[in-house]
Amino acid sequence: MGFSESKESGGVTVVKVDGQLIIGNRHELKDLVQTALDRGDRRLLVDFSRTGYIDSSGLGALVSISKRIREAGGELRLSGLNDDLRSLFELTKLDTLFAITETPEQALSSF
Amino acid sequence: MTSPLRLCVRRSAVTGSREAATLVTLRLPSDVNCIEEAVELVTRHCLAGHESTESIRFRLRVVLSEAISNAIVRGNCEDCNKWVDVRAELGPDVISVYVTDEGPGFDPSAIPEPIRPEQLDEANGRGLFLIRKLVDAVQFNTQGNSICMILRRW
Repeated sequence: MGFSESKESGGVTVVKVDGQLIIGNRHELKDLVQTALDRGDRRLLVDFSRTGYIDSSGLGALVSISKRIREAGGELRLSGLNDDLRSLFELTKLDTLFAITETPEQALSSF
Repeated sequence: MTSPLRLCVRRSAVTGSREAATLVTLRLPSDVNCIEEAVELVTRHCLAGHESTESIRFRLRVVLSEAISNAIVRGNCEDCNKWVDVRAELGPDVISVYVTDEGPGFDPSAIPEPIRPEQLDEANGRGLFLIRKLVDAVQFNTQGNSICMILRRW
């Protein structure tokens, strides 16, 4: 369980969430995104293709990093949410706040 | 050092019913690193012996996680000297889960709806909303430090 980061062609920073994004590890994601912003990255994708669960603290962390990226003049995409996780975004109306695609490939081509 | 979780399961009769019900209790320390294990343990015991849909499993997992997280962080302020008690009454048709902390309690009606446009950009405040959306009924005790979440098995 954890996060992995890679740089795709086109200069997009991709963060993969392996396992869960929850209250116990949300700061790790926020720190990782802040580090990417500090070094000048402005196009970021968080991919949840290997994520089983996101709690409300994890959703809150995504809202926080979205704000930071926006304030830095960057763009954030989310991808790979399974049906259960997608339902959490819909219930909380966060699907209206984020640009969400089914696959990371779709997200990468949308920047 | 984190204390080990102590899970106690016992059976008791449901008043007015011929079917035996199971009572599951769990006490955990105010440590967010214990939430995942507690949720896994209680979910497993709640669904054992019953045919369960993936929907009820997911809903139960989410609401347990949110209620325990609220109890540890908001209720007990992560004070390592305070505990969170989880009590699940498992009937043939209904699961009732109580999560109680040692905090002063809160007024659930004072929590703003996180889906209002002005709240959407806030990082916090979605836990109780998700609980209300995913269970069939929610009740609080008078003090506001204990939540009861009721889920129908189907």
